[in-house]
Amino acid sequence: MTAAGTTPLIEVRDVTKHFPITRGVIFQRRIGAVKAVDGVSFDVMPGETLGIVGETGCGKSTTARLIVRLLDPTSGEIRFDGRELAAVKGEELKRLRREMQMIFQDPYSSLNPRRRVGSIIGEPFVIHGLHKGQGERKRRVQDLMDRVGLNPEHYNRYPHEFSGGQRQRIGVARAIALEPKMLVADEPVSALDVSIQAQVLNLLQALQREMGLTLIFIAHDLSVVRHMCDRVAVMYLGKIVEIAPSDVLYHAPRHPYTGALMAAVPVPDPTGTKRERQLLTGDVPSPANPPSACRFHTRCPKAQPVCSEQDPALEAKRGGSVAACHFPLTDDEVASSLPLALTKSPVAAGRTDQAPSSSAAATSSSSSDST
Amino acid sequence: MSEPLLSVEQLRVSFETDDGIVHAVDGVSYQVEIGKTLGIVGESGSGKSVSSLTTLGLTRGPRTRIDGRMVFGGRDLVALPDAELRRVRGNEIAMIFQDPLSSLHPFYRVGWQLIEAVLAHRKVSKSAARARAIELLELVGIPDPQRRVDQYPHEFSGGMRQRAMIAMALVNEPQLLIADEPTTALDVTVQAQILALLNDLQKRLGMAIIIITHDLGVVAEIADEIAVMYAGRIVEYATTQEIFSSPQHPYTWGLLRSIPRLDIPRGEELVPIAGRPPSLINRPSGCYFHPRCPYVQDEHRRIDPQREPLADAPGHTVACLLAPEVRTRIWRGLASGQTPAELRHLASAGSAGSPLSTTSAAGTSQRDRLANSGE
Repeated sequence: MTAAGTTPLIEVRDVTKHFPITRGVIFQRRIGAVKAVDGVSFDVMPGETLGIVGETGCGKSTTARLIVRLLDPTSGEIRFDGRELAAVKGEELKRLRREMQMIFQDPYSSLNPRRRVGSIIGEPFVIHGLHKGQGERKRRVQDLMDRVGLNPEHYNRYPHEFSGGQRQRIGVARAIALEPKMLVADEPVSALDVSIQAQVLNLLQALQREMGLTLIFIAHDLSVVRHMCDRVAVMYLGKIVEIAPSDVLYHAPRHPYTGALMAAVPVPDPTGTKRERQLLTGDVPSPANPPSACRFHTRCPKAQPVCSEQDPALEAKRGGSVAACHFPLTDDEVASSLPLALTKSPVAAGRTDQAPSSSAAATSSSSSDST
Repeated sequence: MSEPLLSVEQLRVSFETDDGIVHAVDGVSYQVEIGKTLGIVGESGSGKSVSSLTTLGLTRGPRTRIDGRMVFGGRDLVALPDAELRRVRGNEIAMIFQDPLSSLHPFYRVGWQLIEAVLAHRKVSKSAARARAIELLELVGIPDPQRRVDQYPHEFSGGMRQRAMIAMALVNEPQLLIADEPTTALDVTVQAQILALLNDLQKRLGMAIIIITHDLGVVAEIADEIAVMYAGRIVEYATTQEIFSSPQHPYTWGLLRSIPRLDIPRGEELVPIAGRPPSLINRPSGCYFHPRCPYVQDEHRRIDPQREPLADAPGHTVACLLAPEVRTRIWRGLASGQTPAELRHLASAGSAGSPLSTTSAAGTSQRDRLANSGE
């Protein structure tokens, strides 16, 4: 939950990330840019879980990589604990890296197959020169293995001897080794079998409670994000189109894209939930050449001429959600497209009549360049 | 009840590997009727894909052993010679795969790949085949098919590639379409489009569909009947309504309770299934699910349960040694938010043999055939 009064751990302001498209082998000419992230602003409070959802190519993974500074932004700034990430260098950056860790999607390619699990999990200690004694380091690693539900006796095994779920636990152990303040999990369960997903999700939640972690959780699965996150940002073609506390977003989405995403989720209950679904037509346009103004207007069922001329600002809408839309969904439209159980929510639209403090920041900055 | 289109009886498929014999499919029986959709649900390694690949003879090989029968249109597909099976494959039975990018040949135009499928089974001119290809692209909702037919797969988006794959499967108007995880690689909005397309095509063309998936949400949307597979066997089989309203097998409960759902209040704890799927080389003794089952009793480690119909719903079969009334009580508890740990005592009460709880009919009938496990 967003605690009022505290300062955000992460502040993202007007961040863009453009990847150049080049042509030619020796003299590479720049012929365009993929606008993977294009003017994104949000805050994350300490201890909060922020979810980022969206379809393939919406820029959610790029955003994650920007936050942990695996990539540098093209413009804009990201502050972590008050310090601007782009300005931090050398030793200081190394120290800062201890506080932010990442869990990757694919537990098969993110672990070095030639290293033993003990050395994979202990690698952060080596890099940062911690727990130098052999016995000490091994004990620490085994503690970590125990903590994430791995058998400490498997210290000397190789990654291929573990199942997908166990490998993801190895990734989690490595990420929490340095007791970070923030964990960025990029699709941490989408490569796992259904019966294993819940194990890893429960582990992440338990660790977050114990360690007071701030979690940024990126996924394309709306049900998983709802389960895990206090607040959710929906991205479309490099922009945040809606950001709101989970309870608000899932019961009273205002952006037609959010509504369409939710209506598209298959609900495992054949009775009573057959909804009048409005399916989106077509595919996500190319981020190299996004539509003008509101990027969703090419697929939006509510689009009007103004949508292709004027970029809508992210602003608080009725019900407490913050969305970038000229024609936000009405309550009736929400009711007709969402799963039954969601529309009959205990959280009445009136409860959060003003936007929460943290998302207010997001409203102030959405005037980005529209191509 | 009409004659089933495909009737699979006691199908067994095993692969000889360097590590031992993999029992991928272990005595599976199901039927698919004309115009209906069967959903096969299971995790990786449950044998769901192998059983349907076998329908098309795609698992045949020197180190594969296939037993049982698969009767389709009066012929047993298991016994059919390769040459004859070839005439069935892609003609009467067609298949679409999970990853549309790797199933389309990157060097050939989409249209040519469709034309090739037409020419493989029909004696028609190339221009007629091309006309058919365009017609099919239009049928599956690809805009501007005249132009698209001459494009390469990389010029198609993920959703369009899957549409093209569906078009290719429909080339010869199959009676049965097997869709193996058709939407897993796609985004939710595109997934919804593809499922709607399959539903619509089924109505228009009257074909039967077998859809294989790990996603219970997907089968709830599209299937008439559902088979839940675990470790090479069908552990529960029922209509879609029944599976969701009164599931009987602890594994099905596990699947239903371990996924976050949009239609359940937020904050409800997920109940994971402990452990992981078993090795298909060294399978557990007794009930294959017993190492992961929260309600396991001593005898479940020895007795191998067979799928038996429920007394009140003969179409609903389940392979579980718990007494039916115990299962009903446990599911009621789970559905109201209790955890398996809180309900475990119900299972032992059921098998204690108290005069009141008549030990399950299924349980007693199975007591005598002890597990011939491990083999």
